[in-house]
Amino acid sequence: MANIALASSPAKSAYAEVTAWQRLNTNKNWLAIWFMLPAAAFLILFLAYPLGLGVWLSFTDARIGRSGIFVGLENYEWLWDDSTFWLSVFNTLLYTGVASIIKFAVGLYLALLLNERLPFKAIIRALVLVPFIVPTVLSAIAFWWIFDPQFSIISWSLKKTGLITENINFLGDIWNARASVIFANIWRGVPFVAITLLAGLQTVSPSLYEAATIDGATNWQRFRYITYPLLTPIIAVVMTFSVLFTFTDFQLIWVMTRGGPVNATHLMATLSYQRAILGGQLGEGAAISTAMIPFLLAAILVSWFGLQRRKWQQGENND
Amino acid sequence: MTDALASKLAAKAADLQAVLTRSAPVTDSSEGMSYLHNVPRRLVTLYLPLSIIMLVLLFPFYWMALTSIKPDAQLLDLDTFNPFWTWNPTFKHIYKLLFETEYPIWLWNTMLVAACATIISIIASVLAAYAIVRLRYKGAQWVGGAIFLAYLIPPSILFIPLSTVVYQYGLFDTPLALILTYPTILIPFSTWLLMGYFKTIPFELEECALIDGASRWQILTKIVLPLAVPGLISAFIFCFTLCWNEFIYALTFINSAQYKTVPVAIVTALVDGDVYRWGSLMAGAMIGSLPLVILYAFFVEHYVSAMTGAVKE
Repeated sequence: MANIALASSPAKSAYAEVTAWQRLNTNKNWLAIWFMLPAAAFLILFLAYPLGLGVWLSFTDARIGRSGIFVGLENYEWLWDDSTFWLSVFNTLLYTGVASIIKFAVGLYLALLLNERLPFKAIIRALVLVPFIVPTVLSAIAFWWIFDPQFSIISWSLKKTGLITENINFLGDIWNARASVIFANIWRGVPFVAITLLAGLQTVSPSLYEAATIDGATNWQRFRYITYPLLTPIIAVVMTFSVLFTFTDFQLIWVMTRGGPVNATHLMATLSYQRAILGGQLGEGAAISTAMIPFLLAAILVSWFGLQRRKWQQGENND
Repeated sequence: MTDALASKLAAKAADLQAVLTRSAPVTDSSEGMSYLHNVPRRLVTLYLPLSIIMLVLLFPFYWMALTSIKPDAQLLDLDTFNPFWTWNPTFKHIYKLLFETEYPIWLWNTMLVAACATIISIIASVLAAYAIVRLRYKGAQWVGGAIFLAYLIPPSILFIPLSTVVYQYGLFDTPLALILTYPTILIPFSTWLLMGYFKTIPFELEECALIDGASRWQILTKIVLPLAVPGLISAFIFCFTLCWNEFIYALTFINSAQYKTVPVAIVTALVDGDVYRWGSLMAGAMIGSLPLVILYAFFVEHYVSAMTGAVKE
């Protein structure tokens, strides 16, 4: 018996010998470097670096095919006196403000409707999301055709019902064009808002509503004092996303109006594309892009602190 | 003996069914107090607004499909024919699109770029999400926050500097420019989504595997990934859709018609001065969205969970 025990002791010493390599391979931080490497490489090379480069470009007079030299705030000074730039800022704020508010209102309403007991609920919910699935550019082209100055189906229907006598110039008139692109944006954004809010609504327990009904709460009171408070966190997140993506929208405008008529629908994103890529003034375009960042930060902070305040009101002090 | 058993079972089943039907209204808790609403009231407050919204949401697609099969004569003559229907559909526009333009090439480009970018992003995100959630290295929380911030950086403020970067790397006007830049949109999103999925997998499973001598790589491929398949599908579908939808990078980085993706090609190459272009434009828009709609039809639940999951986290 003792012999066997003795014989096994050399093996034991081999077991105890852990090489530095093995030790490294079980080190969390060392392993994490390798796990993070692919994602980090992409995000640094194609996201962080261009982001910094964009800010740098806005301080240079770079053009396409020529790396610029540092010119300080010249681009921004130029933009400060540029009425087209201020028009695009106005358009962007109008577009984002109006579209986000209506998207929120209609989206919440649609979510509340879909939360009711309905036949074929799954199919209806799936159909609601289709405008969000179809690539924006392709649905924008459909809207372009629907808003055609001569052959618009809306003009035709309104004329047939006798409401108007002349075709509506949807994309040729300043305010009509703004209203049309905002409508298309709302059309595309409502499904996203509705379906995400619906997911939030489904987590609200029906017994709360029952209790409130028994206590004699009206429909509005039930919405105001049960649905809305419980939904606030998800509303904050959804609206942050919605505002963010509306503010930086490019596709819809570019396809439907290219910023026209007379720059009435130019957003900051489309203007920066026009100046930088089509006009070749990379520096100026980069300055317009960089000017969007403070607005974006403000939007994120507002919704973030809105969310924190709500959490604090509900008596939570952590996640 | 078997007959007796069968009849016994049948009786049991009948009993069970009776119980189920009797208790059905009680167990359906989702009904709540809505039995208080009567049918006419529901008609006005629920079905009417819902059908109006649905009509507005779906009409552009109907109009797209109808325009793409209308003969030219009916397309622009709204008064002689009822514009909302056509009795003699034609496949002329679709035929013209598929055989007289480069549309099949654009479709192939889009699919290739979307598939490659999605696969790259999913692999990178799986590794990153696993490291953030389960390796919990120094500063993992901060990296998680940074990835969420990266998700909030929109392409429309990046495309100008990115175009110079792409040019520096010598990728300008190649499909590789898109395959390598799209992951910057996809990785933050799918990492965030997969982090949520990985968190739901019990940590004890991994501890058992570690005790049994599995390496981290084995744990990831043999335990975590098989359990996270729904999350992977969600991330895949959503990323694929995002790629297909991407416009501004493709518009900026690609010049030659042979490398264009469908959204860009339709806007730049298919739009010409022809009054009758609408038929083929609409056909192009319809065929360009069909693959996504079909994919979506099969994976609705995954898609919805990707969308809401990323927001809920």
